[in-house]
Amino acid sequence: MSAIIHEHDDHHHGPAYGITRWLFTTNHKDIGTLYLWLSLIMFFVGGVMALLVRTELFQPGLQFMSPDFFNQMTTNHGLIMIFGAVMPAFVGLANWMVPMMIGAPDMALPRLNNLSFWILPFAFLMMIATLFMEAGGPNFGWTFYPPLSTTYAPDTVTFFVFAVHMMGASSIMGAINIIVTILNMRAPGMTLMRMPLFIWTWLITAYLLLAVMPVLAGAVTMVLFDVHFGTSFFNAGGGGDPVMFQHIFWFFGHPEVYILILPAFGIISQIIPTFARKPLFGYKSMVYAVASIAILSFIVWAHHMFTVGMPIAGQLFFMYTTMLIAVPTGVKVFNWIATMWRGSMTFETPMLFAIAFVVLFTIGGFSGLMLAITPADFQYHDTYFVVAHFHYVLVPGAIFAIIAGVYYWLPKWCGHMYDETLGKLHFWLSFIGVNITFFPQHFSGLAGMPRRIPDYALQFADFNMLSSIGSYIFGFSQLLFLFIVVKAIRGGIAAGERAWDGAHGLEWTLPSPPPYHSFTHPPRVTEAEAHS
Amino acid sequence: MFPDSRPVRQIFNLRHLFTTLPLAALGIVLSSAGFADELNLPVGVTDISRDIYNLHMIILWVCVAIGVIVFGAMAISIIAHRRSRGYEARQFHDNLTLEVVWTIIPFIVLVALAAPSTVVLLRMYDTGGEDLTIEVRGYQWKWQYKYLDDDRNETVSFFSSLATPREEIDNQAVKGEYYLLEVDKPLVIPTNRKVRFLVTAEDVIHSWWVPDFGIKRDAVPGLLNDMWTVVEQPGVYRGQCTELCGKDHGFMPIVVNAVPPDEFNSWYDEQLGLAEARKAALSKTFSAEELMVEGERVYNAFCVSCHLPSGAGIPPIYPSLIGTEVVTGPRDDHLRLVIDGVPGTSMQSFANQLDAAQLAAVVHYERHAWGNNAGDVTQPRDVIALSE
Repeated sequence: MSAIIHEHDDHHHGPAYGITRWLFTTNHKDIGTLYLWLSLIMFFVGGVMALLVRTELFQPGLQFMSPDFFNQMTTNHGLIMIFGAVMPAFVGLANWMVPMMIGAPDMALPRLNNLSFWILPFAFLMMIATLFMEAGGPNFGWTFYPPLSTTYAPDTVTFFVFAVHMMGASSIMGAINIIVTILNMRAPGMTLMRMPLFIWTWLITAYLLLAVMPVLAGAVTMVLFDVHFGTSFFNAGGGGDPVMFQHIFWFFGHPEVYILILPAFGIISQIIPTFARKPLFGYKSMVYAVASIAILSFIVWAHHMFTVGMPIAGQLFFMYTTMLIAVPTGVKVFNWIATMWRGSMTFETPMLFAIAFVVLFTIGGFSGLMLAITPADFQYHDTYFVVAHFHYVLVPGAIFAIIAGVYYWLPKWCGHMYDETLGKLHFWLSFIGVNITFFPQHFSGLAGMPRRIPDYALQFADFNMLSSIGSYIFGFSQLLFLFIVVKAIRGGIAAGERAWDGAHGLEWTLPSPPPYHSFTHPPRVTEAEAHS
Repeated sequence: MFPDSRPVRQIFNLRHLFTTLPLAALGIVLSSAGFADELNLPVGVTDISRDIYNLHMIILWVCVAIGVIVFGAMAISIIAHRRSRGYEARQFHDNLTLEVVWTIIPFIVLVALAAPSTVVLLRMYDTGGEDLTIEVRGYQWKWQYKYLDDDRNETVSFFSSLATPREEIDNQAVKGEYYLLEVDKPLVIPTNRKVRFLVTAEDVIHSWWVPDFGIKRDAVPGLLNDMWTVVEQPGVYRGQCTELCGKDHGFMPIVVNAVPPDEFNSWYDEQLGLAEARKAALSKTFSAEELMVEGERVYNAFCVSCHLPSGAGIPPIYPSLIGTEVVTGPRDDHLRLVIDGVPGTSMQSFANQLDAAQLAAVVHYERHAWGNNAGDVTQPRDVIALSE
């Protein structure tokens, strides 16, 4: 008997050893770590693709690859960065931080958690494997508009469809787990309106995922049926409608945009108060702003389709709703600045990335507002202006926030401070690189350079060369990030419970690194600890 | 080398570049009348494009103004409210008045922006009262223009595809001034006339855009979109396909030649004459040499992007035409394949793109170029016989 009890105890007090620890783990931190490493690997894979694209675009003319391979690179870069880098990074951060921030021992559904992670590597292996098949990988853009993705697609489109199905299933399971955990496992006193902003943004994001991932699954399933089973959902020749696909896709796609940015808002809302040593300004309006953005995200989708030939009433409706999103987004930016205002700021690496996030995300927001103006959109649509816009909200937006989050919580995770000097160097290289890469793309877009072309007219040459140089700076400086993270994991100055003197929240009441089961006894949450 | 290297150098020298970058960047726009052509949206040549330009400038300035306020406040805070200066944090975290104000003011600004945008959009959608209608049809990877004027007895129709030589793209020749923005046969429209475009596509979705006109519309197979323009200034205007349409998406430019109405009319009559000549060709008998010359021309306009100038194709998607079953096998099978296409692949049906004389020539060419030697001759009447 005692042996059994002893084994039982072992199981509770620490992880298993070797590969089985990672394969069979149901621990939120282990799964969070898996998600984060997968995300980093995918970030480098997608990054290599982006650098190949930028290398081909370094000069006019075709130098390094065929136009078809170029299209495969842009398509897979988009898919991998969205579904492989940004989304798993957010889920990884949620896995690590949600139980620790709400005072729970673990996630509510640990086995589902294991499954939702382990689907992903196979999904990406399958998708990337198509690049090595005879017909080549998906080459129809990450938005896969039919008939290019149906009648005219390479045969590997089937693998693409199933890979997207698996990514979607993983996201839905992850979202269910996060919702259930947040709604059921909060410590006593952790009322909804005391939850940290990161928890709020993830709760709302999880609902967005639940709502739109099935829509994406429906879209790819219809593509599959059109390709293999003779249906004509999107084939005009058979009575279908290629534009219907775009409506379905963007009904998924626009909320997806907010899935990629709301958790980033959450991270930034944790970091700025810490380093300003001042409570978040306008907590309630921050929560309401996130909720409004989420709701509005369902009624703006066709602003991606202003040139598709909608009736004027549709154009006007989507223009007005899209412009409306600027209001809650503006509230968030104003609140962040008001949080900094009259604070006592220090500028450690997480804060540098957070400040850069606010500035550069706002620039992305400005170009977003410009794109919302339908008549002007006729000039911007499908040019590099759009490329500049969404890279400003996704790279120095979502990705800077993720990096900021990693620097912020890494001392908590591994118990060591990272190398601050190297962290700052990483920040400045990234910041300079990202702006040299994407700012000139505004100009090439306004000058008339279309997206997704492997070769371009001579007047775009200077902007493109500049952009490529920036991309090398940004891309290679991320290796420094890898080095800093590994170095911190292997050792460094002990972090202590509260790694940052201005940090508040339950995660900072745990030791660094935290125990295997975060809170075995629920803490009691007071108004003071929650909102200061 | 870079027209904007000046601000970039500046950025490198600044310590707080996150706050100064947007200002520096906008400074480029402001201080650079000389660069404006390259950095800003072109004004264009139509009323609509000028309206769009004005909207673009209004919203750009609104963004600049908001940016100055927001980033300015942030910069002050970053400089003044830092611990290294011994600044103590104030612990306020709410201000209802302030929050209401910064919700309502942006809303008012947005309404003010929405109003002129709505007016311009309504004008863009006013497609009635046209003087001339042209159907624009996108193909992988060329455009077809069809003049649909009721007053004419005949409809003029032709294809317009990339004229930049392959050697320039492959960096074996110096790139010309209009590299990738030149076509074999431009669209011709009269100036000072309301031209209505009906836009559609044959295979995948394309998008027809001429920046100087301020018009862009997707060409969707099975759908007919319409838009219009009135061009006052005669000139050559260039654009590109702006919807990913497959491997040669970057290689299907648009060139529009706007000419005075008189000149347009004589051009149009000339086109009708060409159509007559093509009709006459259908009953002629050509020599093998004539077929090779015409065949090469047709091949280079219609077949070359997939099967390549060498005929080698890009297997397995685009089969080789050198010594393969199709080009050595029965001639009629070869003809049928080109006429009907191969359903479910990117091999289109050329029945509606090429007439019998062109089909005969291109098939003859394919059977006798690149070392192929089928030893037969294909005449227009063979094609007609096969079609009947």
